Order: sequence, then C-alpha cells, then structure tokens
Amino acid sequence: MAKELLKGNIAFAEAAIRAGLQAYFGYPITPQTEALEWMSSRMPELGRAFVQAESELGAINMVYGAACTGARVMTSSSSPGISLMMEGISYIAGTEVPAVIVNVARGGPGLGNIAPAQGDYNQIVHGGGHGDYYPIVLAPANIQELIDQTVLSFDLAEKYRSVVFLLIDGVLGQMMEPAELPPMRPISNKVPDWAVHGDAGRDKRILNSLYINPVDQEKVDIRLLKRWMTIKANEVRFKSYYTEDAEYLVVGFGTAGRVALSAVRAARAKGIKVGLFRPITLAPYPEKELEELSRKMKGILVVEMNNGQMLDDVMRITKGRVPVEFYGRPGGIVPLPDEVLVEIEQVLSNPLSLDGDPRERWLSRVEL
Amino acid sequence: MSLSVEINETAVYERPESLMDCLTHYCPGCTHGVAHRLIAEVIDEMGVREQTIGVAPVGCAVFAYNYFNFDFVEAAHGRAPAMATGIKRVLPDRMVMTYQGDGDLASIGTAEIVAAAARAENITVIFINNATYGMTGGQMAPTTLPGQVTASSPSGRDVENAGYPIRVSEMLSKLEGASYVVRRSLHDPKNIRQAKKAIRTAFEVQRNGLGFSMVELLSSCPTNWGMKPVDALRWIETNMVPFYPLGDYKVHPLVNELKF
Repeated sequence: MAKELLKGNIAFAEAAIRAGLQAYFGYPITPQTEALEWMSSRMPELGRAFVQAESELGAINMVYGAACTGARVMTSSSSPGISLMMEGISYIAGTEVPAVIVNVARGGPGLGNIAPAQGDYNQIVHGGGHGDYYPIVLAPANIQELIDQTVLSFDLAEKYRSVVFLLIDGVLGQMMEPAELPPMRPISNKVPDWAVHGDAGRDKRILNSLYINPVDQEKVDIRLLKRWMTIKANEVRFKSYYTEDAEYLVVGFGTAGRVALSAVRAARAKGIKVGLFRPITLAPYPEKELEELSRKMKGILVVEMNNGQMLDDVMRITKGRVPVEFYGRPGGIVPLPDEVLVEIEQVLSNPLSLDGDPRERWLSRVEL
Repeated sequence: MSLSVEINETAVYERPESLMDCLTHYCPGCTHGVAHRLIAEVIDEMGVREQTIGVAPVGCAVFAYNYFNFDFVEAAHGRAPAMATGIKRVLPDRMVMTYQGDGDLASIGTAEIVAAAARAENITVIFINNATYGMTGGQMAPTTLPGQVTASSPSGRDVENAGYPIRVSEMLSKLEGASYVVRRSLHDPKNIRQAKKAIRTAFEVQRNGLGFSMVELLSSCPTNWGMKPVDALRWIETNMVPFYPLGDYKVHPLVNELKF
C-alpha cells in the first residue's frame, strides 16, 4: 500500500478498522472528534457496530459489554473524557477482557484546554481507576507509529486479555503526515473460550469483576500481577538515537520525544555528545534498558509536556546514580527544539547534582 | 396377586431450566425470587435460553448471574443499559436483558436508561421498584415515597429537602424509542400472572426487533421496610400502587399485532 497524507485521528481510526475492529463507542471531545466522525461513516458502511454514546461513561460501558462478547472493540477520547471512563476501565481490567482505548490528551487539570499535553501520564501509566491493575500503554511519536501501534494494541489486548492505551496528544491527533495504512484484515469469527456470547450446547458463562470473598480477589490480583510480569518480560518497546558514544541522555516520549530528537540533532551538529531515549511502551516501561544506558551517562535531561511525571519514573529507575534534570512545558504548550537545546547546553555547562528535586531547579530557571 | 398400584405422575410445577438449582441470598419474603422465576419461565417458554445474555446490576440482584442458567455479565452500578447496548450491537440476534433495581436504574443510571430507551435499543429491561436501596441496608431511593421512613430519611422522605420520587415508566413512555413500557406488581397471584404476561411481551418485542422494552415491577423489601412478608405485600397494594399506578404506559401499535 502506498503512503498517503493522513491526519492522526483518522489514521488510528482507519488502522483499527483494518485491524478487524468490530465495534466502536465514543463521545465527541476535542481534539479527538475526527476519530468518532470517521467511525460514524466507516463502521456502518462495513456492517460493524457504531454508537455515539450519551457520555464517555456510556461509551466505556458499551465497550465493556462488547468486549465481554470477545469482539474487537475500542473507544477514543481526550483527557476529561478519559477521567470519566476510569470507572469502566477498572471494571474491564478486573473482568480481564481486552479493550483498546486512545487518549488524545489535552491540557489540564479540569476542563483545561484543547491544546496538546502529556499531563495524563500518571493517570494512564500508573492507574487512574481503582484497584490493582496494569494497563499496557503505548506512546507513538508520529503518524506511522500511531498506525502500527494501533494494530499492535489489539493483538496485545487479546493476547493478555488486557486494557491497552494509546497515549497520544493533540499534536498527533491533529497533524497530517504521509503514512501507510495496513491491509484490511478479515474479522475473526473465532469466539474466545471465555466470551459471553449466548451460544448453544455449553454451560453458561459469567463475566464479572466481583469476587465477594477476599481470598478469591487476592488470587485474581496476584494473577494480574503475574501476567503483568510476563508482559514486562516480553513487550518492552523503545527507541534510542545517538546513544553509542553519548555522554548525556535526553529522555522523552511521544511529541516531547520527537521535539527532543530535533534538539539532540542540533546539539550533535554542535559537537555535543548527547543521545535520546524514547520509550514507546510507557507501561511496561523499558526500565532495564534505561538503567543500563544511564550508567554510561554524565547526566540525564527529562523533557515532558507536563510538570514532570515520567521524571519520577526515570529517577526511580536510575536510582540516584546519575544526575537528572528536567524541562517541562505543561498546560498545553509544545516545547520548541531551540528551548530543549538551551536546556541540553545548560545541563552541560552547570555543575550537576544528585540531590534535591529537579523540578525545583527547573522552576528556578523558568520565568512565568 | 400383586398389591402394587402404578401411579402415573405428571409434573405440574417444576424449576424452569433457565433457573439454577441453588440457594439465593435473597431475604425471606422478598419478591426478587418471584421476578426471577417469571423471567426464567418466559425464557424457557420462548426456547431462547441458550441465546440469552443477562446483565446484572449493582444492588440486591448483584448475584443474579448465579441464579439464572444462561450467559451473564455484571455491570457497574447503573451502567447495565450501556453494557447491554455493547453486547446487543455486536450480537443483534441474541436476547439481551438487564435486571435493575431502583437505585441502579433510576438514580445512578438515569442517563444510561434514558439514552438506551431514546435510541430504541433493542433490549429488555426488568426494573425492580421496591422504593429502597436494599443491598446497602434500606436507604432512601429515587422511588421512595413521600413520607416513607428509610435509613437515610429517618423522619420520612421530606420532599422539601429530598425532592420527589421518579415515576420511571411514565418518564420513559414519553420517548419515541420506547416501544413497550408497562408497570406491574408482584403483590398477589393475579398481578404476578399479569406481570409474567408483560415480561413475555417485552421479550417478544425484542425478538421481533421492535426496540426498547421495559417492565417495571413493584416489589417488596420486608427486611428493610421492617415488615412481615405478608404485610409488605399489602403495603405494595395500599401504598405503592396508588403512587405508582399499574398499567401500560407505552405500547407501540406494532406490539399489539404480535402473536405468541
């Protein structure tokens, strides 16, 4: 298939359809609404299920119902809508049924704004819903990755009976880039052996997230943790750039990682030995890979479009062995490559510290 | 010469196949059991047990999936109509039922039930109205009567403060998408028979693709009402029926043409 100019929201919607999506339920919210609109024409045209729900709460519970039948199902939303979905996401995780959720994140908290942001990192990566559960979280940085990882999401969701998030932002949702869509996959007729499907000739099946006896719930929670350990061992994905001889490392994901790559290239042009580490799976996080890489570094700069959320994970993973600095643009601002370059040079030219909170040093540098 | 006499036994009453042979957690005298049995009889009579998927609520019927003998899922509180929508849209030829209480359907799940009815979602809703939150111990429900004493309206429901009860059948009957919305009661055999007929009609509406169907069942909660079971049934008749009149609130003309 040839490359075509594709908008992010439409690219992931069409990629999902070609991956065999059987049902989509959503609610309009900027900056992801084009996905819902695309689904509203494409899904009925293909004889597949589409409902514009009464709310994100309705949408996620429709996803929950469809997921229980074993169908490939997804929803997409943006930050405030994802917050509303958290109830259903916890139930889906507790019931161990597969579902794919796209968060085209925007500035927050609260109603915030409709500009691109990464302030949902903690909510998506470290939970959000109640109870012990572990969603897989993918963070593409361009439209082609978004397409490829959408297809991957469904395979991972089904393989592990897990919730899979695609965590992108308004930039990736709204921007257009040349990219190639996958071929149309046929819809699977296979009904999983756990699905509530209303079939004749077998005992009844129940799907729920209710274990009234704590002894049973403990078993489920431990099973979920063990499954997560398998996912951690097998599904880590990341990209590194210019790290072979690097003395300094920039760490960033999604759009921030992409901007940081431009800054790293500009720094390289100036002869600065700096590389970029861009996690693609935010969960499971490429902990071992970052930890090993960090041992070779004199310093690390974490760049995010938030107040420093992944920063805490980087500091946990590097265990205080390497000085870590932070540069963030929260609230819906996308950093410029030049700003990141200034921060890289700043890391090089100032004495680095293993102590204190990098956010405090960042705040002392920024003027607002 | 043998003295044995051969007796030909004919079963006139037995457990429907759609009900599991098990104990329930329902309190003595509670009408959930009656409602369960009526649904099971209807499912058996229609021969759709193996094509039916139930959606259980949060509330006293939270374990309904253990008592019915067909596929079941368990929804979050109030979300059963949304979950049923997800199932029905993927499996349009299956029978999909939600079983919900008044807190679930008329308080926390109002948006979901109204939207499902407005969409003419082709599902059947069995709505148990016992004017209280049973599972959590008898607090005020959206259907609690004015003046009714509950665990969270100890002086009786004060409409100045708590507002008025919701008459769900009347409310949903105004929606174009609702094809069959009726209220019945489970307080005596005559009404129970009428309730069963309504449940059958509701499922036939779904089987024929006629859209949203709901049967509201006035039910007793002797434990939380603090009454003997018989007194509780009488209380339905004397207190609930006057406030929640029995009747057909919405019957699409096509429903009247159904033959079964």
